[in-house]
Amino acid sequence: MSNHLQNDLEKSLVEKSKAAKWVNDRLPIIGMLENVLLKHPYPKNLSYWWSFGSIAGIALVVQILSGLFLSMHYVANTQMAFNSVEHIMRDVNYGWLIRYIHAVGASMFFVALYAHITRGLYYGSYKAPRELLWWIGIVIFLLTMATAFVGYVLPWGQMSFWGATVITNLFSAIPVVGESIVAWLWGGYSVDNPTLNRFFSLHFLLPFLIVGVVLIHLVSLHTVGSNNPTGVQIKTKKDIIPFHPYFTIKDMVGFVAFFLIFGYFLFFYPNSLGHPDNYIPANPMVTPAHIVPEWYFLPFYAILRAVPDKLGGVLMMFGAIALLFALPFLDRSKVVSGAYRPLFKKVFYLFIINFVFLGWLGKSPAEGWYIWASRFSTFYYYAYFLVILPNLPKFEKTLPLPESIDADFQKNH
Amino acid sequence: MSEKSLSPKDESRRKLLTATAYSAAGIGAACAILPFIDSMNPSSDVQALASTEVDISSIKAGEEKKVMWRGKPVSIRRRTKAEIEEANAVDIKELRDPQTDAERVKAGKEEWLVTIEICTHLGCIPIMGQGEYKGWFCPCHGSQYDTSARIRKGPAPRNLEIPPYEFVGDTKIKIG
Repeated sequence: MSNHLQNDLEKSLVEKSKAAKWVNDRLPIIGMLENVLLKHPYPKNLSYWWSFGSIAGIALVVQILSGLFLSMHYVANTQMAFNSVEHIMRDVNYGWLIRYIHAVGASMFFVALYAHITRGLYYGSYKAPRELLWWIGIVIFLLTMATAFVGYVLPWGQMSFWGATVITNLFSAIPVVGESIVAWLWGGYSVDNPTLNRFFSLHFLLPFLIVGVVLIHLVSLHTVGSNNPTGVQIKTKKDIIPFHPYFTIKDMVGFVAFFLIFGYFLFFYPNSLGHPDNYIPANPMVTPAHIVPEWYFLPFYAILRAVPDKLGGVLMMFGAIALLFALPFLDRSKVVSGAYRPLFKKVFYLFIINFVFLGWLGKSPAEGWYIWASRFSTFYYYAYFLVILPNLPKFEKTLPLPESIDADFQKNH
Repeated sequence: MSEKSLSPKDESRRKLLTATAYSAAGIGAACAILPFIDSMNPSSDVQALASTEVDISSIKAGEEKKVMWRGKPVSIRRRTKAEIEEANAVDIKELRDPQTDAERVKAGKEEWLVTIEICTHLGCIPIMGQGEYKGWFCPCHGSQYDTSARIRKGPAPRNLEIPPYEFVGDTKIKIG
């Protein structure tokens, strides 16, 4: 869609400033950025659910900045890593603040990502023409999980060490070559200094890859256009408004709310989202009694533990994310937005509750009824994608769709 | 959405609101940046190493002892009578960085000259007892200092710096 909107409140910088015009005539970057960041048209009925993309973006910036300053003081060596983190906490000016920003920020990033994905799942943002946009998003999700995992190893506490051991051992489930792959990942015969060193390198690299993929995500978004609560495609100029000032200001409201919650954890409960065992230096001779991953991995961890077979568990866990890739083909409903699908709404809410329940099971001990509950929840997670979504359109009577975004907007505002 | 045009009053109100919002956000961003910048300043453990005590009883007249203070070489030089007289004989009007010898030592302890042994030109370590003035000679770019470590010749702009120090009894000094 090429109908870039002239912002009706402000003139283009190229028109206002001679210097900007001079640069733009030689390198059209100012006009390009204005089109992308300010003038790009968005559906005018976007709700606050559409703010989580920007929020995830600002969370990524916070992580990269705080991480950059942490890396100036951190030492990636098994002898010194734990102490260098304590050095940051005690000696470095505002080191405690920067480290807590980074630790709490990781959780906040995942809050934004999960909200963003939930929005996409409910409003059918994965359906044509946004399949590729959705896949690129899942790549971002995977890269973020990888980054968070290697980052959690760096403080070299007990949870770092045993988390690294357990997660890298997932690859030992691969038949025949599994053990060699794990030795290759470790650079040795156990998680040790080579592992820590390379995890630090990767933890520095991956965020910049994420930035790159985010830019691709945005190019794709600007090509196919934003989804909206009605799921109806943009048809006329009446359906759209420019990003600036309408969504810049709306996103700012989202940012303020986000940073209030961020600040609440950061300044009052900075350790509540982490595990106290990670303040014990890594000890390769003793495993902590209850080893659990960070909260944002718990649902997938529960799926892993629900399966009484090594390879099966690993496959089911990775499969849970692989299903997201197949989602555009699994959901056969012609209606994009879940808001017009009464049956879908019910199974969707159940899916969300089930996912949270899986998370709770993931941090409960793997014994007794928890195991059976995990199996039941895992079954529903898979059934939602593989059985319910493909077959739902056969039974579902969807609600009438609005004629256009504008028609819906006029009715509701 | 109505397409009313703005009255001048509305427009000035909007401009004020926009400017206020931008300023508030700007101040907030600036405050958020400060801790990050400060994190690059010397940390507490570095500052804790900021003073060092040195036993000077073993230094003979005409010799220096080098110690490290804050990662820099500090020269403690026990000057001979001739060297002190030489330093006092100079007409300070001739100096590039005018300072009397008395300003560069502790009263009653004129024997002891304590300097940061880093050339004020570009940070090399000058060699003691060499050069035309028998003070210091910098091998990098040829700056020459006298027996009060004042710059006399060459590109360096200032005298060798005197670190803060005090005598702790007769045989010990505390630098920093």
